[in-house]
Amino acid sequence: MKQSVTVSKSEEAKWLEGIKVVLSKLQFKTPTFNLKKIIVPVISIVAFIGIWYLGAEALRQREINFRVEKALTDQGQAAANALQACFASNESTCQTNTLPSPTQVWASVITLVNDYYVVKQDKLDFKNKTAAVNAKRIAAGKAPIVYTGRASFVDIVIRSLKTVFAGFLLAFFIAVPIGIVIGLSPTLRNAINWFIQIFKPVSPVVWYLLVFMIVKTLLIGTSSDNSFLISFISVGLCAMWATLVNTAVGVSTVDKDYINVAKVLKLGQLQKIFKIILPSSLPLIFTGLRITLSVAWMVLIAIELLAQSPGLGTFVWEEFQNGSSESNSKIIVAMFVIGIIGFLLDRFMLTIQNMVSFNKSEGI
Amino acid sequence: MSILEAETHIITQTAPEIETKELMLDLKNLKKVYPTPKGEYVVLEDLNLQIMKEEFVTIIGHSGCGKTTMLSMIAGLNEITGGSISVLGKPIKGPGPDRGVIFQAPSLMPWMTSLQNVLLGVNQVFPHATKAQRNDIAKYYLQKVGLEDAFHKKASDLSQGMQQRVGIARAFAIKPKVLLLDEPFGMLDSLTRGELQDILIEIWNKEKITAVMITHDVDEAIFLADRVVMMTSGPKAKIGDVLEIDFERPRTRKTVLEHDDYYRYRKHLIDFLEH
Repeated sequence: MKQSVTVSKSEEAKWLEGIKVVLSKLQFKTPTFNLKKIIVPVISIVAFIGIWYLGAEALRQREINFRVEKALTDQGQAAANALQACFASNESTCQTNTLPSPTQVWASVITLVNDYYVVKQDKLDFKNKTAAVNAKRIAAGKAPIVYTGRASFVDIVIRSLKTVFAGFLLAFFIAVPIGIVIGLSPTLRNAINWFIQIFKPVSPVVWYLLVFMIVKTLLIGTSSDNSFLISFISVGLCAMWATLVNTAVGVSTVDKDYINVAKVLKLGQLQKIFKIILPSSLPLIFTGLRITLSVAWMVLIAIELLAQSPGLGTFVWEEFQNGSSESNSKIIVAMFVIGIIGFLLDRFMLTIQNMVSFNKSEGI
Repeated sequence: MSILEAETHIITQTAPEIETKELMLDLKNLKKVYPTPKGEYVVLEDLNLQIMKEEFVTIIGHSGCGKTTMLSMIAGLNEITGGSISVLGKPIKGPGPDRGVIFQAPSLMPWMTSLQNVLLGVNQVFPHATKAQRNDIAKYYLQKVGLEDAFHKKASDLSQGMQQRVGIARAFAIKPKVLLLDEPFGMLDSLTRGELQDILIEIWNKEKITAVMITHDVDEAIFLADRVVMMTSGPKAKIGDVLEIDFERPRTRKTVLEHDDYYRYRKHLIDFLEH
């Protein structure tokens, strides 16, 4: 009897032990929600918005104080009081022209989104209105009438993306082949090096002017809008250098062991290039392409602005010139959109890079 | 695959009957000079070495004595300053697949699978074979080095030891006349090194490809070789001494270690190196 009791006890203990083991394993295996990974960015975002809000508020107060004091000295107490009240009521006539607060920017986001639907409806109406006329025009062999009204913010972003992709492709098709050729031949590298070193640091504005001079002359007599052409060529030429240099470096510094293997196996020149040199320089080529894409996106704004190409660059500049109460917050919205798209483009390139090349790089 | 095995079987059977072996590799008055700002630096001078067909020679010597220089000259990857190197009586002209090399670093293309790495050489050496035949050759050698489960693994995903196994398979698969091994196991831990020595000697017993191997490891030198060549320290390094290893083949580590002559050989080599 006594014995059986002790046995059952020890069995109970075993059960408990077993459950504990299972529990501990379960705990170990369930992905412990890494709160740190979520909380830390959330805290930093909240802190960012907080600092932004306080900063914007301080700037607003500074401007209001200055203007109220100016009214006081110029027009007297009554005018100053009126102005103070006007600012406090937040009327559209009494807006400050300084850094907008997060709430103002959010309001602009909503305005821009609503505007997108308005423009979409406009386009639809236009299409319905001109459908019959256009059908006739096409039948008669004439070009259809196209919508030339106001563009929505989405259209503007798409225009910018098109420009940057066209510029990026141009850079790719110029820089990668040239990079490979000069990477393979030290003589050519020496011959072209001065050219690269001189043109690499040239500012986007100057590239634009150069391209403008050439394209304008080439297309002399034609009346078509060449702002897209000029802006994407300028973007491409401005951004291609990182890819050119990285490709040349990658191709010229292939691991000596790989080259020795190629020599021992007596691989032909083409096989050596396509089976060994290019795959081994892919990581560097892609690093170059990533830099090129981010530079392209960065210089795009300045170049679109100059070329009057209806993209984000022009949008930002026109809002700045416009000076309406909302324009400052629209500029900030454009800034965030530019930043987020730039980030997504970089991730996109990183994903492709990790798909095609052998050493995985972390995105920083 | 069966053809390959039959072929190698014939070689191992007929090997003992050949009394006078052919001269495979002949280094005559080999000299290597590197120009330096302070004048010429003579690495090797008056180096003479004859290696017979189906012989396994290990070369031992102090670091920096010019062993690797000599081996890369045989491979054709390093210019000859003076003297000559001939394979089967013909002076060598640059590198070529008749002299397979197993490098110290595995030197695999990390973006290729192990099969693709071996095929890189096989495709080059057997251009007239069908794709299936070439695949079979590559797979056969990968099996021989124990990588039958890793045909389609990327080289960058393999451990150092596994990578060097692919290196061995790649070198044997191109059926070279001479196999040059430049401290192939130098970067491996001692357990893996032992494993790879066994694999190497097992394949070599079948293929009997004339082999020249550089090593720092006295035991490795004795275990693998028919002859151990000792090089003097540089500059102007040459052959200092040659030790015949009379162990029967095929050998196992156990029989070698228990052999009466083992410690005599070992002492000979260590005496030379410490001299």
